[in-house]
Amino acid sequence: MSLEEKLPGWKEIPIGGIPFKPSTEYKTGDWKVFKPVINYEKCTKCLFCHIYCPDGAIKIKEDGYPEPDYDFCKGCGICAEECPVKAIEMVKD
Amino acid sequence: MEIKQILMGLNGDEAVAYAIKQVDPDVVAAYPITPQTIIVERFSEYVADGEVHTEFISVESEHSALSACVGAAAAGARAFTATAANGLALMWEILYIAASCRLPIVMAIVNRALSGPINIHCDHSDAMGARDSGWIQIFCENSQEAYDSTIQAWRIAEHPDVQLPVMVCLDGFVLSHTLENVMTLPDEVVKKFIGERKFVTIKNHFGKEVPFILDPENPITIGPLDLYDFYFEHKMQQIHAMENAPRVIEEVGKEYGKISGRTYGLVHPYKLEDAEIAIIGLGSTMGTAKIVVDRLREKGVKAGLLRIRSFRPFPAQQIIEHLKDKKVIGVLDRAASFGAYGGPLFNEVRNAFYDQDIKPLISNYIYGLGGRDMPPQRLMIIFEDLQKIMETKRIEKTVKYIGVRE
Repeated sequence: MSLEEKLPGWKEIPIGGIPFKPSTEYKTGDWKVFKPVINYEKCTKCLFCHIYCPDGAIKIKEDGYPEPDYDFCKGCGICAEECPVKAIEMVKD
Repeated sequence: MEIKQILMGLNGDEAVAYAIKQVDPDVVAAYPITPQTIIVERFSEYVADGEVHTEFISVESEHSALSACVGAAAAGARAFTATAANGLALMWEILYIAASCRLPIVMAIVNRALSGPINIHCDHSDAMGARDSGWIQIFCENSQEAYDSTIQAWRIAEHPDVQLPVMVCLDGFVLSHTLENVMTLPDEVVKKFIGERKFVTIKNHFGKEVPFILDPENPITIGPLDLYDFYFEHKMQQIHAMENAPRVIEEVGKEYGKISGRTYGLVHPYKLEDAEIAIIGLGSTMGTAKIVVDRLREKGVKAGLLRIRSFRPFPAQQIIEHLKDKKVIGVLDRAASFGAYGGPLFNEVRNAFYDQDIKPLISNYIYGLGGRDMPPQRLMIIFEDLQKIMETKRIEKTVKYIGVRE
């Protein structure tokens, strides 16, 4: 059966296209062809990648190192482009 | 209770501006365009004179005017704008966004022919193009109705079962620039009638029931991506809201009748009960047509008319009820739909009768494009044609053009 039938109907959802779930529940990371992989031996924790990521998909770990969240990363490659020490490689997902 | 009303000399645009002054909306964002300009010009004077509390936003285009209203209405404001013809065309994408975001904006449309060639006079091509945008469309017969409908529009738009934007349409120049006697209600009566804007509640993305308004304390997201898995459901909600609208338009029209003595509905019949031939149409022409009906009645012709006040939602059932036992109906369209089988109103009226076992003969008359005058003589030509159809029981030409040179 089709996927639509498991989703709520028009009488159940909020009007006006208002989302009834937080956006974190919509995993949008499956668009990507290439994913960023960080070489932590090269990484200097400058966090340019965290700042430049247009989707907020690079988190900061407790030890201060960045970490891509592949559930939301769309593989744009901006982090790899901006990394001043070339510690990020885009590899086929 | 009898409410003392004040008689004012106003043209259609001024009547709308005066109604909006009494409504005192939070935001008016507008860009001038003939024949609407008087509305926002007059209203800007009210703002300058401190007679309203409105934030008046002078924008750089109609696209921006309606966009500003979308933002304001989403933030909980009562938002108003006005436009015509090419201005409405420039608003196009925002029309759909306002309706699908379910924002109860009110907009006056002073009906004017769309370019090109450029023309500033009345026809309904602008509003007809917007008929599928999800807005309620009220067509006014005179300046009195423009005043009255501009007040009622807020109650219709903001009704919890509707939550849709409303266009109040009045004929360019014929109404907008013509002085009429307009009975106006006292400010406090209008204020009480429209009340404060109320908000429906919805479930937000945290599962919490919150008012449908942009509020940092209770965040919601308005206007996000909506693909094949939910878009159709949201369109169903708009369809359902439109299905609720006829009842609300009638309720509000009756309640307004109690305070003003002027009751409004979806359709307004004139001398229809025993009529054999009738015309059906929109706007100011139907006022002129009443005189023609009276003249025909004096000659013993059983003529009548039905004016459609609400084009969206389209009152198919009411039209059937009023016209099903007539012999011949003439549908008047003040807009051409190029390549279509007749004008937009004709298509819907005749479609409404398809399932009726006994139905009138229905003929289409396209008239008045680009402000071409529609005096009683031209309306008489239509009624004479209807009489001929009644006698011969045959429509020789389904779509006819009235008042055009060959």
